[in-house]
Amino acid sequence: MSAVTTRPRSAPRGGELVAPVRITPLTAVQHGLQLAWRSVLKIKANPEEVFGLMLQPVMFVTLFVFVFGQAMMGDWQTYRDFLMPGIIAQSVIFATMGTGFSLSQDVEKGIFDRFRSLPIARSAPLTGAILGDLVRYSITVVMVMLVGLAIGFRPEGGVGGVVVASALVLLFAFALCWMSAFVGMMARTPMAVQSFAMILLFPLTFGSSAFVSPDDMPAWLAPIAANNPVTHVVDAMRALMLGGDAAGPVAWTLFWSVVITAVFFPLAVWAYRRRT
Amino acid sequence: MTDAIRAEGLVKRFKGKTALDGVDLTAKSGAVLGVLGPNGSGKTTTVRILSTLLRPDAGHATVGGFDVVSQPHEVRRQIGLTGQYAAVDAELTGTQNLVLIARLLGFGRTDARARAKELLERFGLSDAADRPAKTYSGGMRRRLDLAASLVGRPALLYLDEPTTGLDPHSRIGLWEVVRGLVSDGVTVLLTTQYLEEADQLADDIMVLDHGRVISRGTPEELKNRAGDQVLQLRTVDPAQLPLASRIVEAVTSTPVTTDGLLVSVPVTDSGVLPETVRRLDEQGVAVAELSLRRPSLDEVFLALTGHTAEDETAGRPANEGISA
Repeated sequence: MSAVTTRPRSAPRGGELVAPVRITPLTAVQHGLQLAWRSVLKIKANPEEVFGLMLQPVMFVTLFVFVFGQAMMGDWQTYRDFLMPGIIAQSVIFATMGTGFSLSQDVEKGIFDRFRSLPIARSAPLTGAILGDLVRYSITVVMVMLVGLAIGFRPEGGVGGVVVASALVLLFAFALCWMSAFVGMMARTPMAVQSFAMILLFPLTFGSSAFVSPDDMPAWLAPIAANNPVTHVVDAMRALMLGGDAAGPVAWTLFWSVVITAVFFPLAVWAYRRRT
Repeated sequence: MTDAIRAEGLVKRFKGKTALDGVDLTAKSGAVLGVLGPNGSGKTTTVRILSTLLRPDAGHATVGGFDVVSQPHEVRRQIGLTGQYAAVDAELTGTQNLVLIARLLGFGRTDARARAKELLERFGLSDAADRPAKTYSGGMRRRLDLAASLVGRPALLYLDEPTTGLDPHSRIGLWEVVRGLVSDGVTVLLTTQYLEEADQLADDIMVLDHGRVISRGTPEELKNRAGDQVLQLRTVDPAQLPLASRIVEAVTSTPVTTDGLLVSVPVTDSGVLPETVRRLDEQGVAVAELSLRRPSLDEVFLALTGHTAEDETAGRPANEGISA
């Protein structure tokens, strides 16, 4: 028998309990962190996931820079510098889809029922999944950045500018992943989450300043793209990385992050609670 | 003996469809309560209510003295749940799966590892401890799932169709595990659609059909209710079967059922056996097999519901089947 059995506890017939009698904010945080650890373990254990996290950035950056670069801006180096902030944002925003997808998978496989039948904080499975995903988003940012550096991207904003820009896009991703979690808890299957997210995320990222400036878009699209929250994120990152006035787009990014969180955090929690 | 679970008048509706229609239930401490019924009879809904995953629309239930609706956290501290499908993380190893649960339940790092090791040994998974669960066979996954539900040493264990989809060998292995837990004093609520499984494991059985309890009692009582005994007879020569049927019918004064080469008839007086043998001998019927046995739970279910456990639609009005 392990040392556990020597702890004092109430022990009904056949059972010995170590689980906390009451859930405090501290235990809720602990449970969330333990489930975040699970998400991180799952990333490590899943070769396709590692492959996707590593290779997708290489593929996207290389394809966009070398296929479109010259046509877009005369030489690929200029387009590379324009593109890098946009492609970091696009990669991270697409990664938020994974939050809803894996939550939906947990529901489908009955893993959620296991967690929900344990004497742990109600919020832990949700917060754990999202904390774990922030790790995944961070890996995505680092990978895209490394590929950029490898093909000669040397942002004027320096390390500081890159770090602040990364923090900003992670904050925006944190807001978006509540939306993803909401979709994940509402959809019937993980595949449904994926289809829905694709339909939403493609226009959101491509209809922004990530790949093309809205000034170069048709008149009907330009105002939509200019007011797309992703445009504000990308413009803020561009200003922080390449130089320029960051204050406006940073403020807009913070505004949108707060708004999206304010709307989708309660919705995600509501959907999570009603999902049985 | 105290009651580990008490439920009264549980009702649950899903979008107008009644899944549970007033279920009363009592599980004695330290015993196995078998909940028997076909698919869609309300077994899983019952387990989900008793494990705090669902709120009943009416009725109430206590587990270990705690109310499942108003004291869910206390209830969760008492229970372990093994669902219909193995709820383990396929990407995580056996050890990681169990350590995660142990850590969530408040075990320290060292204690969690020790508890995981102990359980993996107990369930014969030590060799696979550091392999991802996705490489496990179906039986191994179920055992890991069961181990996960036992990490917190629950006083009460819910097993929702624990052997569905398992091969006979793994099924018998899991039965052994359940018997071991019961001998440790754990109360078990087992749902199953395998009548043999309830017969093998349960001290008490309640039979659910379309959200209602249609019968309850010990396996013996249920069998008694559906007729005392069954006489079965097989002839060496199939051509003699009709003759044998007539003899058995004459002796027992009960209509027989024939299934291929087998004649069966429910009997109440075991004295018919020697009389049957004598008459068969007189008429020169060569008997390959003649037995008197307790009815199987399959036969019990048929007698109680009017349809077999496997054939869910048979008990419904015929016009439903036609319109479908």
